[in-house]
Amino acid sequence: MARLTLPCDEAAVRKLKVGDFVELSGRMITGRDAAHHWLMHGFREEVAPYMKNSVIYHVGPVVKKHEDGTYSFVAAGPTTSAREEPFQADVIGRYGLRGVIGKGGMFAKTLAGLKEHGAVYLHAVGGTAQVLAACVKKVEAVFQLKEFGVPEALWVIDVEDFPVVVTMDSHGGSLHAEVESASRKKLEELLGLGA
Amino acid sequence: MAGPEQWTEHFVNVIARASSQLPPDVVDALRRGRDAEAPDSLAQKALDSVLRNIEVAKGNWQPICQDTGTPLVWIHHPVGMSTRMLTSAFEEAVRRATGKQVLRPNAVDTLTDRNTGNGAAPGIPTVHCEEWDSDDVEVHLMLKGGGCENVGAQYTLPNPKLKADRDLEGVKRCILDAIHQAQGKGCAPGIIGACFGGDRGSGFLESKRQLLRPLPDRNPVAELDAMEQEIYEKANQLGIGPMGFGGKTTVLGVKVGYLGRLPASYFVSVSYMCWANRRSAARIQPSGEVTWLD
Repeated sequence: MARLTLPCDEAAVRKLKVGDFVELSGRMITGRDAAHHWLMHGFREEVAPYMKNSVIYHVGPVVKKHEDGTYSFVAAGPTTSAREEPFQADVIGRYGLRGVIGKGGMFAKTLAGLKEHGAVYLHAVGGTAQVLAACVKKVEAVFQLKEFGVPEALWVIDVEDFPVVVTMDSHGGSLHAEVESASRKKLEELLGLGA
Repeated sequence: MAGPEQWTEHFVNVIARASSQLPPDVVDALRRGRDAEAPDSLAQKALDSVLRNIEVAKGNWQPICQDTGTPLVWIHHPVGMSTRMLTSAFEEAVRRATGKQVLRPNAVDTLTDRNTGNGAAPGIPTVHCEEWDSDDVEVHLMLKGGGCENVGAQYTLPNPKLKADRDLEGVKRCILDAIHQAQGKGCAPGIIGACFGGDRGSGFLESKRQLLRPLPDRNPVAELDAMEQEIYEKANQLGIGPMGFGGKTTVLGVKVGYLGRLPASYFVSVSYMCWANRRSAARIQPSGEVTWLD
């Protein structure tokens, strides 16, 4: 099991290969649909320092607000990443991200972006909201809460031993492309469809 | 007979149970899937994590998944009970459950693009009421997440690309194609609900209603039972596996129903339910006594 402390440098990320298990510790930021749209329409100074050399987590958490005004994550598994495909490579480049955490994988444009900028796609297990919320030790800050609502706000969180699998690396490798292609062949065989 | 407040309380309990307690038949199927995967494979580790998560959620009565989904509920009620009262009591239950973090604020007003903050918006939740002859009320709830909803698909037959004609073989081809298209994006291993016939709306609704069936439930129609078994076998040969990591467990179950159709139309509607198949069902007697059916 590899360990990665965030923020990290490019060399650490370039070492990671498809199929590696990694435990992440340190500070990351969350962001999904509304956040990616917002991040691409201008350079968002207020969140940029939290993104540089760290990772963005595709998640829409359930969050509890405590009486003293602090927050904690109640449930926080990954959301489907495919929807961010049009934006992801540009967001990585613009803000200097070293990785993306999500589920379901992403496609050619993101894969090229990972290679160009030195970043990885990290797959968390979809639906494991309790296991992953337990790794979130602290909510440091939140941006765009009023505008986007709880699931879509950008939450800055401290995590410990957050488990992920590298499914797209910075060398052009993608487990998702492999499985898609192998399962397509099998489907064609089962249905007698010639290519 | 109980008033709206009592119904709201019952419904909050049904929602809390669905959100945190995965039905035993689904847990059993996941355990079998886990044991079938190669030791230390990505697939097996993913299912280990899933099984651990199910236990934590169950013990703490916390949401299994942060996407607490669209609440879809079917309510059978005695003759004369107000469906408007039941519907508004259920809507209130959704708002209350959202306030207690049993559900995530999961409804966006699509016109203003703002999250309503309370889990309700036009069309959310969806409540189906049906009168029956018993004095009891029976509630069947499903929480269906957005990731799996997004990979649902609807086909029109014939479909030359899939060599799918207007017959049961054609229906099967569409369902297998939909499972392939979904890959791991609907949080595989999933459960497939499908319907052939109907119109575009009724077909999808029936495909979802099929998802209420427990996994070991066999289809009483022999042709459909054979179809369900065959698709299940073949889908698990595709090698998509848990989360799309590759592996033997791609689907946990396949449930197929049908509706009548117009001569001009032949739809095949496929709904994909993630492994977190959050169902809960309760029968509530006039005395208020609750029997859990899941």
